[in-house]
Amino acid sequence: MTTVSPSAGQPEQARPAPARGFLPGLPRFAAYLLIAVGAVLTIAPFYFMFVFATHSRTEIFQLPPPTWFGDNLSANYQSLMDRVPFWRNLWNSLYLAVITTATTLFFCTLAGYAFAMYSFKGRNALFGLLLATMLVPGTLNIVPFALIMQALGWIDTPRALWIPGMASAFGIFLMRQYIGSAIPRELVEAARIDGATEFGIFRKIIVPLTGPAMATLGLVTFVQSWNGFLGPLIIFRSSETYTAPLALRTLQGIANTDWGALMCGVALTVVPLLILFAIASRQLIEGLTAGATKG
Amino acid sequence: MIASPKTTSGSRPPRRAGGWAEFQRRYAPYIFISPFFVLFFIFGLFPILFNAYLSFQEWQPGTGLGDMKFVGFRNYTDNLTDPTFWLSLKNTAVLAVLSGLPQHLLAIPLAFAVYGGLKKLQNLVTAVYFLPYITSIVAISVIFFTLFSWQYGVINAALNALHNIPLIGGLFPADKINWLGEKEYVQPSIALVVIWRYTGWNMLLYLSGLQAIPKELYEAASVDGATGWQSFRYITLPLLRPIMFVAVTLSLIGGLQLFEEPFILTNGGGGAGQAGLTTIMYMYRTYASYSDAGVAAAMSWLLFLVIGALTLINNRLFGRSGMAGGN
Repeated sequence: MTTVSPSAGQPEQARPAPARGFLPGLPRFAAYLLIAVGAVLTIAPFYFMFVFATHSRTEIFQLPPPTWFGDNLSANYQSLMDRVPFWRNLWNSLYLAVITTATTLFFCTLAGYAFAMYSFKGRNALFGLLLATMLVPGTLNIVPFALIMQALGWIDTPRALWIPGMASAFGIFLMRQYIGSAIPRELVEAARIDGATEFGIFRKIIVPLTGPAMATLGLVTFVQSWNGFLGPLIIFRSSETYTAPLALRTLQGIANTDWGALMCGVALTVVPLLILFAIASRQLIEGLTAGATKG
Repeated sequence: MIASPKTTSGSRPPRRAGGWAEFQRRYAPYIFISPFFVLFFIFGLFPILFNAYLSFQEWQPGTGLGDMKFVGFRNYTDNLTDPTFWLSLKNTAVLAVLSGLPQHLLAIPLAFAVYGGLKKLQNLVTAVYFLPYITSIVAISVIFFTLFSWQYGVINAALNALHNIPLIGGLFPADKINWLGEKEYVQPSIALVVIWRYTGWNMLLYLSGLQAIPKELYEAASVDGATGWQSFRYITLPLLRPIMFVAVTLSLIGGLQLFEEPFILTNGGGGAGQAGLTTIMYMYRTYASYSDAGVAAAMSWLLFLVIGALTLINNRLFGRSGMAGGN
């Protein structure tokens, strides 16, 4: 696995400068300009999200559009709360993300431990099958997913979303990589000789030692659940059960949208993740790129 | 779990342990991995098989399973003779290219710039570029919806300001563009949002690829008198190819299953002239609005075939050989 930045705990070493001129025709100032322009364009929509959240609907759509903060935030917030039970929707998102993350961590660590530490009949074939399931595009699953949840009577319940995703192939793959490389087998053997049960070994040795990988997988799972849209769109049918993205979609869908209120809601949906990202950007980036760059 | 009685023979090799401990050790891994496989059979494999079965049935969800009627390939022929289906497929393909290609054309030079030009700020810059990827697509699309506004939008205001700059002004349009209201601009608008979201992600993939190339190779090459271009051509490109393949494949598969961005940007409707209607969107509409589960199921298989075929072509072109042809 390649990492984007040095892992925590290692002192950051100054990278040796790449051999001069390994990239033809891109002088340094051009590189800086490119990075700066890209960064500004990347940040701009977030900036306008905050700016618009503080302006009234009429102020947002005027010429020239506002580029600095206004004083309409509390009115926008009030308007948002009048239209949708937004704190309830945020709570639904949080509940779903937390329970998805907790169950995913448990089942993926358990299975990752089994694949990493045991040799059992059919292990490689089963792991191959597990990896193959990652290649199936979600396309084929959308309609039957909706129908099955209808048949089970799970419409409007969060479990329709967290139970199917509880043991994800990606998560098991990630945990197997980490456990196989970071935990010595002797530790497990020693515990076994001391008479620990298999699950006891998992609970007392594996779980405490997989903290970093769990944090990474947990963050990735949380973010994906928090941002999910198509799944919740199929499952949740009432403003009381909507997750935050669904509530935003409803607000936008009605005629006579109050854009100030909507932007306020957008900001409330995005800010928690921005905070999470500020705290743990490195781990999130590593986790999300790990699946693609197993080198 | 039941705790096993503690065996006192501490030095006995574990292989020879008998009874309960032996039984446990043999079957524990199967129990530990079983949740994944059980869930996969229930929520992964079974739905796909059911989807296949459904695609040959005529059925309105909500009328009970007994009302299914076998109609053979009719759902497939219905789709293949439906102009809207072809339009959605064309839109999907155009959007995949229109949003996919620029991502990589921007991400590769960006990755080089960050790799070669930044030391101290590298973590901050990668974090900034990664932000769009972890932000809710619905939230992003709603923001862009306002930015794209025809008369009062920030994007048109910015383009207008750029147009009034001497010298480079000619590069920018003089008139306001009706981004989401005019047929020609719906797809570029959606593509812009997708490009904005995934360029940083791809930059990160390429950057990790660049960082994985051993420095000694460049040093050895420059000792041997290789020019910068030669190092690039014979070291960087070939070693970057695997990651390039991964990144392009991900964009392709993701681009063909575009749903959220066009759905929000066109307010669920597909936009002017239905130019923003992707196949997944049309499938969702067929199922949710027209209650035509069989036709929607058949549509998903047709899209699956397209994705499979294009992925295969992509593998042939870039997977093992190709790319290294230079020029």
